Amino acid sequence: MRFGKNIFYYRSYNVAIYVGLAAKGGGLLSEPILAVKGLKTTFYTDDGQVPAVDGVDFSVRAGEILGIVGESGCGKSVTSLSIMRLVSAPGKIVDGRIVFNGEDITHASEKRMRQIRGDEMAMIFQEPMTSLNPVLTIGQQLVEAIRIHRKTSKREAEAQAAEWLKLVGLPRPKDLLKSYPHQLSGGMRQRVMIAMAMVCGPKVLIADEPTTALDVTIQKQILNLMKKLNRETGTAIILITHDLGVVAEMCDRVIVMYAGKVVEEGPVKAIFKNPAHPYTKGLLASVPDLRNRKKRLYSIPGNVPKPGEITNGCPFHPRCEWAMDRCRGSLPEWAALGAGHRARCFLHDMKDGIAPGKGESHGGTAVNR
Amino acid sequence: MAEPLLTVEGLKKYYPIEGGVWRKTIGYVKAVDGVSFEVFKGETFGLVGESGCGKSTTGRALMRLIEPTEGRVVFAGQDITALDKRMLRKLRKDIQMIFQDPFASLNPRQTVGQIIEEPMIVHKIGTKAERKKRVRELLEVVGLSSAYADRYPHQFSGGQRQRIGIARALAVDPKLIIADEPISALDVSIQSQVLNLLQDLQEAFGLTFLFIAHDLSAVHHFADRVGVMYLGRLVEVAESDRLYASPKHPYTKALLASVPVPDPDYKSEGEVLQGDVPNPADPPSGCAFHPRCPFATDHCRRVRPELKTVEEEHRVACHLYA
Repeated sequence: MRFGKNIFYYRSYNVAIYVGLAAKGGGLLSEPILAVKGLKTTFYTDDGQVPAVDGVDFSVRAGEILGIVGESGCGKSVTSLSIMRLVSAPGKIVDGRIVFNGEDITHASEKRMRQIRGDEMAMIFQEPMTSLNPVLTIGQQLVEAIRIHRKTSKREAEAQAAEWLKLVGLPRPKDLLKSYPHQLSGGMRQRVMIAMAMVCGPKVLIADEPTTALDVTIQKQILNLMKKLNRETGTAIILITHDLGVVAEMCDRVIVMYAGKVVEEGPVKAIFKNPAHPYTKGLLASVPDLRNRKKRLYSIPGNVPKPGEITNGCPFHPRCEWAMDRCRGSLPEWAALGAGHRARCFLHDMKDGIAPGKGESHGGTAVNR
Repeated sequence: MAEPLLTVEGLKKYYPIEGGVWRKTIGYVKAVDGVSFEVFKGETFGLVGESGCGKSTTGRALMRLIEPTEGRVVFAGQDITALDKRMLRKLRKDIQMIFQDPFASLNPRQTVGQIIEEPMIVHKIGTKAERKKRVRELLEVVGLSSAYADRYPHQFSGGQRQRIGIARALAVDPKLIIADEPISALDVSIQSQVLNLLQDLQEAFGLTFLFIAHDLSAVHHFADRVGVMYLGRLVEVAESDRLYASPKHPYTKALLASVPVPDPDYKSEGEVLQGDVPNPADPPSGCAFHPRCPFATDHCRRVRPELKTVEEEHRVACHLYA
């Protein structure tokens, strides 16, 4: 492990903690670094109130990679913006609590949030070109990110910036500091974004579709880099994506979101091997697998709902093949399925955890049809 | 094997780079640089590659939506590249296109009915009443309600719009459909709906597809044969299962190893490809892949490999298989 002391020397106590975490595998620590409880974020538009995030609970433990999966409009991005307190009008966090590192930041002042953002909590976005300032050099932007949070001289900050560019696998860091974003390729820009997010050694890194705009070979490079940084620094990562392959490759735990709600949560293996919610099952069965070619893919009927479109019962009931009357009537409570795995579905309410016989035909249809 | 419906021979599309005070041509971006393949009747030929590899340009150049610089395209026995404008328009009835962005490819001021009817008007098919009837049929065929004919595109979701785009392509009974990234702008659960629809239509109408995509899993699923492109050239062409089971070209291998597999137990083999796709205005000498290739030799740096048959129905452009 080559983590330059010169990067963390100003917070060497943290390095010790990070290293300790990484060695323990991170996830073993029970205390969550970030906890979201009953989060509701609503947009007040001319057409009425749109509950983009509607009662979301989850937590992230130090050093783990949590995946948030869902399709467009499911509220995964608004969830991450809410955590960073970056939701702006007409959107508003109307309910719930966000506890970061023991501190309730739901109503923290803007001043306090500015201290947290980019320091203890950082974020990277899908389109690296729009998140980098085109008229400033990479060096200026990295140095700014460091000096906002740390009292260092410009020279020291530049040295740190160069060191980080090297750590994220960019060649000739000294020259790169002087170049502008448009001179870099998409993959390089995303590496710069990662370096910028990591310079202050955040406890949580939120990555919102970090590789969606990149080619597969570049995606692989970036994902490997993020995993390496997670292992070596112990920074917890919240990875927001629609790509199930990326989730399987990267995450320790997964939450599946649908129409503003979390419908299933569990360790990555449980989610992929024993998906419990019909939506998760359908989603998994509908992606082509390179290793075995099916004659025909399963497809979930119907369309992805717009936020706030479904107001009664389980949000998935209009598209669910197993929908019952009670699904239309009320939102299912969490059904515990063992070891951190739970799903919001009435099918697991019945005896033996799942409707007799139905569980089988469930998985069966999903794969074979 | 059957007669090919479409034969592409040495297709090239160069874009001039202008510079200096007099805007003289100082070089070329070789977007497509000598691509040859054929598509047989009733099959799906997949064209796959990363951004900037020229796969979309190939799709457009062979339809002459952009004029190719060089090369021959023979469609159903007719040389497209030699046709004049009038003949070309006639021929385009048989080749239709489905585009990536379902938001940009439908005119927002036309109703869905008008959008689907337009190709029939252009090609003078049927009377007004017949066309209206056909529009309603087509809507049903692509899984929409025929009552939607009077609505506007903005009233539909991405998946539904893509269905409208497909209905428009089907309106003139084409023989070949060029689908350029038809599912990449759609949600995961909608992608499989559209792929299944295309599959159903192929079976029902005996359609031939040229399926252009960057998503290797989708191409593997949908295509019968696949061509892999890198920097304007085809590097490997083979039957789909064979290509994925035993890829030959180092680039194809790396590409396949990079695809994230939705299985947490799966450990991908193979090296991660280093570096970026080179600038097509200044491509590397010899084999365009050599700067990223782990097996590159001096020979690769100097001589450009040709696409050669190495096994039955399996062509590779690589010196390793010479």
